[in-house]
Amino acid sequence: MSTSFEELQARATKRWEELTSGESAWIRVGGGTSGQAAGSDAVLEAFKSSVEETGVNANVSMVSALGLMYLEPQVDILMPNGARVFYCNVEPGEAKAIVEQHVQNGEPLVDRAFAYSGGDGSGIGNLPELNSLPMMALQQRIATRNFGDTDPHDLLQYVANGGYEALNRALTEMTPEQIVDEVKAAGLRGRGGAAFPAGLKWSFLAPSDAPVKYVLCNCEEGDPGAFNDKGIIENDPHTLVEGLIINGYATRSTHGYIFIRTGHELPIEAARKAIAAAYEAGLLGKNILGSDFSFDMEVSLTGDSYVAGEETALMEAIEGKRSTPRFKPPFPAAAGLWQKPTNINNVKTLAYVPEIVRNGSDWFKGIGTETTSGTAIVCLSGHIKYPGMYEIPMGMTIRDVLEKVGGGVSVGERIKVLQAGGPLNGLLGEEAFDTMIDFDAMSEAGASIGSGGIIVGNETVNVVDLLRSLIAFNQFESCGKCFPCRLGNTHMLEILDRMCQNKAKSADLELLNRVGLSMKAGSLCGHGQLGYNPIASALKYFGDEINSCLAGEIAPGGVFGDGSMILPTRTRP
Amino acid sequence: MTTADTEQRTKLREQIRQILNSQEQPTITVLSSLIAVQDSIHYLPDEAIKETATFCGETINEVWSVASFYTNFRFAAPGDKTLDVCWGPACHVLGAQKILNSVHSALEINEEGESPDRKVTMKYNTCLGACAQGPVIAINHHLIGKQTPESAAKIARELRGLDG
Repeated sequence: MSTSFEELQARATKRWEELTSGESAWIRVGGGTSGQAAGSDAVLEAFKSSVEETGVNANVSMVSALGLMYLEPQVDILMPNGARVFYCNVEPGEAKAIVEQHVQNGEPLVDRAFAYSGGDGSGIGNLPELNSLPMMALQQRIATRNFGDTDPHDLLQYVANGGYEALNRALTEMTPEQIVDEVKAAGLRGRGGAAFPAGLKWSFLAPSDAPVKYVLCNCEEGDPGAFNDKGIIENDPHTLVEGLIINGYATRSTHGYIFIRTGHELPIEAARKAIAAAYEAGLLGKNILGSDFSFDMEVSLTGDSYVAGEETALMEAIEGKRSTPRFKPPFPAAAGLWQKPTNINNVKTLAYVPEIVRNGSDWFKGIGTETTSGTAIVCLSGHIKYPGMYEIPMGMTIRDVLEKVGGGVSVGERIKVLQAGGPLNGLLGEEAFDTMIDFDAMSEAGASIGSGGIIVGNETVNVVDLLRSLIAFNQFESCGKCFPCRLGNTHMLEILDRMCQNKAKSADLELLNRVGLSMKAGSLCGHGQLGYNPIASALKYFGDEINSCLAGEIAPGGVFGDGSMILPTRTRP
Repeated sequence: MTTADTEQRTKLREQIRQILNSQEQPTITVLSSLIAVQDSIHYLPDEAIKETATFCGETINEVWSVASFYTNFRFAAPGDKTLDVCWGPACHVLGAQKILNSVHSALEINEEGESPDRKVTMKYNTCLGACAQGPVIAINHHLIGKQTPESAAKIARELRGLDG
């Protein structure tokens, strides 16, 4: 172990002890984009001023989001006696009362809390223990292990919880080849949607002795319904930075880029601060931790373009051009960014890497299913009781995720339809809910884990209208390079639009199918190739509803007003 | 063009040159330059295209091709505040279309763009990234979740200084 890393760890331990076992209470407000949307900024300010006004001995921090987003704004208080109480849906106006009664008088407001942890084992009121809640108990948190606990902007808090141990181990005890082998043996498959074995992909780049090689981290994440990539970066950026450095070492690369869409302020800020802190601590730059490995990293921003998430289009965007896909071959490992050998991975894939190196491939392989080891980080939204971000072991059924983790339908009577894995993937009906979450089982059911987003629709959701919304997204986002995609999506949108307005023609279904086939055959990237997927899967699960729509009998529920849809008028030239 | 106009244009060019030169990240490209200008002055005037071309050693055509491709770029000054309304499928399921409609009424517009008093620019967003709090809107990139047609319209009217 290098001395510089030992020193860093000593500082980190001291910092963590000050926060968690000193004389002060620690008030943690859950942050993140979702927390912000729920109003956590104002709650943080309210707690800060309440602590000042009452003069109690307490630290107040904005920390990572716990992931139980239906409880946001969410606040927890750790008292010097080690007991931690979690408050939910906190209003800024409640801060003072909570500080006075809980921190000053030592009497938690049990009525406003949803769980506790730690303490002397006797519990607090009738509160359940945090990890006994089903949506916590059913999770196995690897990439999201620090969620709810640490301040994403504090490197020391990450190190205090085992952070950068894997990097130190990799640099001092392992060769690049050993790491690639370890990732291969772990059975880690790419989490961006394609599910390609990560170790194998890394091995394509590793042997090249080119003087400049790139590793890229893809956080374009334009999929509506998915927020786990941005979630990892904004809540625990160092787990990604560490993963990307190890990826760089294993492939003997020289530069890393974290690629994020402009406008997503929180993940961008978190990534930039994490990189700066890593440089300052000697974890990036020349001779990392005293080894002979040198590696640089920066954040690259893209403009608004969904196709920029395609790997070769992403390289065009980093080069500052229009993000349109390239012809393959050459493949990125031979000629990628600026025609140099390049390896590209999704945020989630890289976020597992530190824990794989730290705990070994056998440990990771033991989680999940035969063909898909590890966890899935699912994002639940729509008509679901407990929307949020949950890391569950692969192999859990969709029904368990919906019912046990998500709590079932929020409004209405039942869950009718799911949109899983982003707008290029399928719709699922109830017959598919017993499918287990695993790359192969999901693709057999006509959907994909893809990005991990699951949008839930109740019985009021009109399937044709939902399809129109997905195809409208795809049409708006087509980069326009391949005309079957550019024109095909426009054509499919026109057809779905008239279906929603009860003006369908009997030949429309056949026409949709023909357009879909042309897109599949004539497009360079997945955007066109997969563009017909939502319709194909909807026919499988909701054929009757679509056919009755073609017969001019669209169900009125779920379609707004006269059946027309408000769409952006500005499209790419 | 009056002398005052020319002076203003010269000032704008200088301001843009300064923005382009103060980019901090190691990799500087046409796209990074355009993002830096828009982050700072909220749109890309003609001068931004020309100065970026000179700064990056690219043709004006090349810079335009990039600027016109990414849908976040705009080429006229926006209103005082920007109001993003999510229209992506996750918010769609939760009724985003009705919110778009009510915000249109509150801003007296019928598509993306500026309210007549130029106080608010409305933009449709494909996904703001807080789907668990849907339907979501954002004021100057700051997100607000759990919207209804009424609450969003109230916010839109308040941004114009009208009574909610």
